[in-house]
Amino acid sequence: MPNIHMHYVVPGDDFTRAGEASADLKARLKKLGMPSDAVRKVAIALYEGEINLAIHAGGGEIEVQVFPDKVEMTLTDTGPGIPDIDLAMRAGWSTAPDEVRSLGFGAGMGLPNMKNYADDFEIESEVGVGTRVFMRVNVA
Amino acid sequence: MSDYFHSVTLDKDECKGCINCIKRCPTQAIRVRDGKAHIITELCIDCGECIRVCPHHAKKAITDPLSIMDNYRYKVALTPPSLYGQFNNIEDPDLVFAALKDIGFDEVFDVARAAELASDATRRMLATGAMPSPVISSACPAVLRLIRVRFPSLINRVQPLVAPVEIAARMAKDEAEKRGLKREEVGCIFLTPCPAKVTAIRMPIGTATSDIDAAVAVKDVYPLLVGAMKHAKDEAERPQSGRIGIGWAESGGEAAGLLTTDAYLAADGIENVIRVLEDLEDNKYANIEFVELDACSGGCVGGVLQVENPYIAKSKIKKLRRYMPVSMNHLEEDIPAHMLWDTDLEYSPVMELGKTKQESFEKYAEFEDIMEKLPDLDCGSCGAPTCESFAEDVVRGNAVLGDCVVLMRKKMEAILKAAGLDGT
Repeated sequence: MPNIHMHYVVPGDDFTRAGEASADLKARLKKLGMPSDAVRKVAIALYEGEINLAIHAGGGEIEVQVFPDKVEMTLTDTGPGIPDIDLAMRAGWSTAPDEVRSLGFGAGMGLPNMKNYADDFEIESEVGVGTRVFMRVNVA
Repeated sequence: MSDYFHSVTLDKDECKGCINCIKRCPTQAIRVRDGKAHIITELCIDCGECIRVCPHHAKKAITDPLSIMDNYRYKVALTPPSLYGQFNNIEDPDLVFAALKDIGFDEVFDVARAAELASDATRRMLATGAMPSPVISSACPAVLRLIRVRFPSLINRVQPLVAPVEIAARMAKDEAEKRGLKREEVGCIFLTPCPAKVTAIRMPIGTATSDIDAAVAVKDVYPLLVGAMKHAKDEAERPQSGRIGIGWAESGGEAAGLLTTDAYLAADGIENVIRVLEDLEDNKYANIEFVELDACSGGCVGGVLQVENPYIAKSKIKKLRRYMPVSMNHLEEDIPAHMLWDTDLEYSPVMELGKTKQESFEKYAEFEDIMEKLPDLDCGSCGAPTCESFAEDVVRGNAVLGDCVVLMRKKMEAILKAAGLDGT
């Protein structure tokens, strides 16, 4: 079975475009006949990731690999990096600036939600270098 | 009987094979093949957008003629609240009721009356907290069909409540039966604002059968009603509903009529509805309890089988509502069984490229190869609305790559050049 691959570039600070990748991936997963609960988990986790790339990292890239039994997403950026990952993973903790919060974002649920909806979640980050997030959603 | 009935249909003689409808169909359900439009039945949700945009009036809605009422001994007109916005200078729905009796109906059952009961039922459903939040309204049949084909993960959020017009038909028949009539003698005829309601009667979602016997388009009965209004006797018809019921005519009316919550969202116009459903699927709305979705812009007043501009109709209804009581109907006890769905809304998958996941994966790879070749102009000349939908048609075996006029032109140019015939 062919291995299916997608690549998305997320521009920084453009909230009107954040969400395009998750919407596109969702449509493609439906074409691939993926079950709806898996599609939904992927869409939610990736949307949160896209918002993070737009708000915090000045943009970034998303690599997606689709297999019949799993969807793997890798988000990389060359943004400021996360000094304390444990703190960043805490629900409700946010470093989003006020102008972002006034748009309804920055509730401090991004990373926790990503971890929650993904079956496997890995994050590595270096201050001044960037952040890499890997998520896997299993498909029943 | 076929698995699909569609109220929206095509008059082949009128169709010129242009691309207006394929471009505007929200589910990409139309293709132009051999110079004529074809509706793909599995994808069509009967929203009526193509009827609205067809410049040649080739898209039609199948509705019943008014004479169908002669088939019944006791004729009941079911009137949607949007109907009252179609007329000039009326201060009360009473005059509409009187005109309907004048043209031959024995009874008028105001659907707004059933809508007020539906509002009450929704309040109770929300209060139990038993459904995953936000709860999605089940009132618009085109939206239900859209969810069924495109948003399977949202099916469990749709409230299992029978639409007001169906509740109205059931109540009208129950009441007639109590007065000694036989159920089959009673004809419940809905004056429908849209084709989606016609489909909902013939192929109901949520209920095994419909108690509505026929649907006559508002535009077909309108001239008769206007005439009858001039001489209709004011028999002091009693008002049947208040502001909440009449409010269902427009977008936001159903949600605002809940009164118990402000945490609602109301979207109208099929493209906006799709955007909201996409967002709901991604969990984007926190703290919203109820979502009202109307396929037509403006809500039911925007239905394509009516005569008045929806915004004018809204303003007329606003005037009409001014002196009405808030509501005239409420549930005495628990939500009665006849207001609840007896069949589940089931996902009917239409987006998969293949029958199995394996086949879908293989076809997807083919689809990507074809997309590489296509010009991405979405010109519609092949008969499909976008290059992407054309590529899907090709992998499904419903079109051939040569249908792309841009590719064909390139091919022709290459042939001419090779033969030294391109003028260089």
